[in-house]
Amino acid sequence: MNMKQEDIIKPENCVYRKPSLLTDENMHYCPGCSHGVVHKLIAEIIEEMGMEDKTVGVSPVGCAVFAYNYIDIDWIQAAHGRAPSVATALKRLNPENLIFTYQGDGDLAAIGTCETIHAANRGENIAIIFINNAIYGMTGGQMAPTTLLGMKTSTTPYGRRADLNGHPLVMAPLMAQLDGTCYVTRQSVHTPAAVRKAKAAIRKAFENSMAGKGTSMVEIVSTCNSGWKLTPAQSNEWLVENMFKKYPLGDLKNE
Amino acid sequence: MESDIRLMKGNEALAHAMIRYGADGYFGYPITPQSEVLETLEAEMPWESTGMVVLQAESEVAAVNMVYAGAGAGKAVCTSSSSPGMSLMQEGISFIAAAELPALLINCMRGGPGLGTIQPSQADYFQATKGGGHGDYRLITLAPSSVQEMCDFVALGWDLAFKYRTPAMILADGTVGQMMEKVILPEPRRRRTEEELREQCPWAVTGKKNRKRNIITSLELNAPAMEVINNNLQAKYKRIEENEVRCEALNTEDCEYLIVAFGSMARICEKAMELARKQGLNVGLLRPITLWPFPAKAIEQAARKAKGILVVELSAGQMIEDVKLAVNCQVDTRHYGRMGGMIPTPDEILGVLKEMFVK
Amino acid sequence: MAKVKGAVVVNIERCKGCDLCAVACPLGVLELQPREVNNRGYHYAYVKNADKCIGCQSCALVCPDGCITVYRVQE
Repeated sequence: MNMKQEDIIKPENCVYRKPSLLTDENMHYCPGCSHGVVHKLIAEIIEEMGMEDKTVGVSPVGCAVFAYNYIDIDWIQAAHGRAPSVATALKRLNPENLIFTYQGDGDLAAIGTCETIHAANRGENIAIIFINNAIYGMTGGQMAPTTLLGMKTSTTPYGRRADLNGHPLVMAPLMAQLDGTCYVTRQSVHTPAAVRKAKAAIRKAFENSMAGKGTSMVEIVSTCNSGWKLTPAQSNEWLVENMFKKYPLGDLKNE
Repeated sequence: MESDIRLMKGNEALAHAMIRYGADGYFGYPITPQSEVLETLEAEMPWESTGMVVLQAESEVAAVNMVYAGAGAGKAVCTSSSSPGMSLMQEGISFIAAAELPALLINCMRGGPGLGTIQPSQADYFQATKGGGHGDYRLITLAPSSVQEMCDFVALGWDLAFKYRTPAMILADGTVGQMMEKVILPEPRRRRTEEELREQCPWAVTGKKNRKRNIITSLELNAPAMEVINNNLQAKYKRIEENEVRCEALNTEDCEYLIVAFGSMARICEKAMELARKQGLNVGLLRPITLWPFPAKAIEQAARKAKGILVVELSAGQMIEDVKLAVNCQVDTRHYGRMGGMIPTPDEILGVLKEMFVK
Repeated sequence: MAKVKGAVVVNIERCKGCDLCAVACPLGVLELQPREVNNRGYHYAYVKNADKCIGCQSCALVCPDGCITVYRVQE
């Protein structure tokens, strides 16, 4: 028997829909941007944990500055790189709150490296979501601390050179060796399976925060197809071929 | 009940006043000459008595952003530093002002520029009263001249900060921070409960329980909307200018010569004024307590019959610009200042006054 | 064995035409509109081969904008 579409499309048969904590506002991100998927996961997890009334998100400077427009929770926007300091105070002053930062590679690994490392070293009970797409998206595709050697950006137009620009900064092992971190993992959202794993990782980070286990960092090795000058589908291929070699997926620390 | 009288440094008084105010948090970073604030708080361990959070941050930059967050959560939070550290905090202060958050900031000024010296100075007057950070914003700036005022201005600063949802700064000089004096400590108040905080600060980010979500941000890319935000800020600053001017006037009625000085310099100038009056000179002293809003009207009134105004500062001459504006350059206004941590004596000031105006 | 049938509904006005759903779909159910655009000018995704859908949610999981609702029944 061939079922008709209208027989399938019924509320009781729904297995996936946009999480209700994700607002109806159209996201300003470029088509295919990884930010949207990660936002969606965060919204789903907060909803599933029943923490929508107790969560405060800390948005960064960079493309994700407007994260506060898209997830229906309390938000505070931090100065460039200072999200971990902001999160530190929020969590210490209101320990019953779920506090997470959402930071790009420039925010977390360039201007905010100091705050990131010290918050993690103090073992602040916060979750850090780190979007690493190896480029500055918001300002127009400049070199990020995590830009790969040879990678062309608007400030390394002939490719990043170690002698001129230094080496890609690999944050996760740095964070993993700190006594204050309990969970450091690298994930991606380029396939359905990867999205499921990333969701489990972010959920774990949020649960660690509420259990007072210390700092968790979930690095999402992401794409920036506009900055990389590729289509979204090509970006995913480039991600696998190049980014994963420098930033391999998996848990670096899970205590 | 007997009052609680102690002998302590100005910096120590700040710390005790915070705890007794019912402060929720202090975030700081050591720098001479104000490290006693953090040291006293760590020694008092208020987290065990009142639940106040005390944290030594990794930098002044981190500390001020912790204050931004705490203020965003509606908490009574504070940071303190001295001049170079305060320079590092300016971005965060601009964010606090732009997001309209109540916070208490303390600058125990030392000599600059650069790393300068650890000796007292008043050379951050411009930084405190004219903005300091980027954009059009103002700081309520309180200038204590005694250890008692160091103590009292903690409560005043926070009360004003919450009343107007704007950062307030105690602009102390190193002298007031380091000197020991008798101080009457206030009655301890308990910290606000979560319910009280939610009622007083419905805008705070504490989780959106029983309300729509709150967003604290200073970003607005839409130009007309950003202009409205700026206009609203300026309207608030105008209300503060109309209502919150504070100053102390001594012998200013019909005075022939007016000295204007703030903070520890006002104490020394008070002695200079006494010496002058003993010599038959009709000298008055006006001490701005709020450096912003500036007591321009009071100065204009005090100087109506004056032959000259002497502005004495531990700087190359910063407040003098506001004094000249206050009298619209209609009165001969001169500056005397020492720098680098040097402090003038009362005799020195009297000598300068006589040389400049009396002759 | 029970046969699984699925259906997807695309919020075409929210869709930005990034094509990631079509790439992720194992059965070629979705495709971008070759000509038509939505109000924001994007060649939005549409259901080309409805009868092939098994409701696996792959498209919805990778959709950055939460445009896709998935339904699933066992026949």
